[in-house]
Amino acid sequence: MSTPEAPGTSGVRDEEERPGRIDAVEVRHPWRWVTVAVIAVLALMLVHLLVTNPAFDWPFTLEVMNQTIVIRGLLVGTLFTTVCAMVIGITGGVLLAVLRLSDNRVLAGTAWTFTWFFRAIPRYVLLSITGGLGALFATGLSIGVPFDFLLQQWFGTPDLRLLTISQQSLFALFGGVFGGIVGLGVSEAAYMAEIARAGLLSVDRGQHEAAEALGMSKRLAMRRIVLPQAMRVIVPPTGNEVIAMLKDTSLLAAIPVATELFFRVSQIKNTTYQVMAGNMAAVLYYLIATSILMVGQHFLEKRFSRGYGGTPARRPAAAGVSLGPGGAK
Amino acid sequence: MSQPLDRPLVKARNVHKSFGHVEVLRGIDLDVHAGQVVCLLGPSGSGKTTFLRCINSLERIDAGRIWVDGDLVGLAERKGRLHRLNDTEIARQRRDIGMVFQRFNLFPHLNALENVVEAPIRVRGVAKAQAHARAHELLERVGLADRAQNYPAQLSGGQQQRVAIARALAMQPKLMLFDEPTSALDPELVGEVLTVMRELAADGTTMVVVTHEVAFARDVADQVVFMDGGVVVEYGAPGDVIGNPREERTRTFLARMLHEGSAQDSAPDSV
Repeated sequence: MSTPEAPGTSGVRDEEERPGRIDAVEVRHPWRWVTVAVIAVLALMLVHLLVTNPAFDWPFTLEVMNQTIVIRGLLVGTLFTTVCAMVIGITGGVLLAVLRLSDNRVLAGTAWTFTWFFRAIPRYVLLSITGGLGALFATGLSIGVPFDFLLQQWFGTPDLRLLTISQQSLFALFGGVFGGIVGLGVSEAAYMAEIARAGLLSVDRGQHEAAEALGMSKRLAMRRIVLPQAMRVIVPPTGNEVIAMLKDTSLLAAIPVATELFFRVSQIKNTTYQVMAGNMAAVLYYLIATSILMVGQHFLEKRFSRGYGGTPARRPAAAGVSLGPGGAK
Repeated sequence: MSQPLDRPLVKARNVHKSFGHVEVLRGIDLDVHAGQVVCLLGPSGSGKTTFLRCINSLERIDAGRIWVDGDLVGLAERKGRLHRLNDTEIARQRRDIGMVFQRFNLFPHLNALENVVEAPIRVRGVAKAQAHARAHELLERVGLADRAQNYPAQLSGGQQQRVAIARALAMQPKLMLFDEPTSALDPELVGEVLTVMRELAADGTTMVVVTHEVAFARDVADQVVFMDGGVVVEYGAPGDVIGNPREERTRTFLARMLHEGSAQDSAPDSV
């Protein structure tokens, strides 16, 4: 393309000096189409299996999902336990993380020991322990002055017990959903402690200093300045923990608790021999619950990433709304 | 409280501070009177930032005493013995001392307005409406009335630092501490922050400023303190310390600063 130099006359030369719009052929990706085809075939095979295989008795699956005992199991043993265990886990975990970061060595050590112990024990094992916790209290569990029996022996004081729960009640209490909530809650607190600690440590030292230089107490600075920023780091893995907890409630069988989704489904499987249909009922319920949780997590994450994602300026009035779509928008 | 009326607002005597085995402050004496602007100059590592942080107990001193408005900082004398103040008591002392940091340290999860009203509402218990009105006034004073709803991440460095100044002023402090307030800024943003600080100085705010802006110190300061190696090498009026330094170390430092900073010096001068 070496055209002789003739300024203003050659169109080719103009093209070289002032190149115009690019109208080029895009790069082709033939292998993408191959993979799409393979996946399409596999997906069709899966759909075919789900629809035509007689082991998937879908009408029966829906019937199982519709059983009162299954729904009660879902609401009490699965959802209610998840919520309560996570409340214990999150508050306990944040508390443990704050203790762990304390200057007081005893507090920090206590938090460390708690985490060490409860992280080491499998939840299934832990639940079979909490389920039978009543066995420790042959004479019941009392609330009152510690070591009052020794005081009685030495000084002849009357017994200093305000309230006593009998062993029978303890067995009933810990042998049910309550025992499951306690077991899963303390186990979760141990994991949440590490998540919360990572969150607290992610907040810049300068934030503590700025808050304290304004005359805030350490507690106020933690509550108003540090924790809200730590939440940005804490929320995503916590969402993960909630979903894991939802599934771990199926371990309540170790207590044993009957009012729980998978326990009830298994009972139906065992009497009807419709194993796959029963399992699918549980799978569908877990899928639905997890999907709802994911939506909630999305809005929580949006809420706590305020000020980070270049969100447009917002009127302070809207800041009061916390979880709904309106609040995060 | 029996001291004369013209007692210094900040009085430091023989202040010592070590980090491990490194002695960063080796006997600092300083008086700052109400309404004065005192600039601390000196090379990196001379201890000027550490000394500033000692004034509001962000660092604990090992020896010597600092008084702010007649009260011992971080300590109290009870029955002839010195007692360290607890967190609550230290927090109460800090309410009256504003601080502006090199890295702004705005609260990133709060917008500019929320940053300014947070401490007055939560610490001083000012009514919300009143705190908001005052915050709007302060933001206007630092030239950011239209940025009240912006989060720190949406503001330039200079704007963030001006919000930080408004945040500190919102507590109506007796004393303002500035820790290298322009060192983290792009050169073209230094001027806007220095302008705000000049206006504060002109309004009679008592300020202690750690800075590398020699021109600012020369124009605005009532007293210039030159520190090196944890001691005050030279102090006095800017005309003397900057214009006609007695000590060799001061001269070397200033020569280097003026040489390196000559391009930037013109910016604040033109304000």
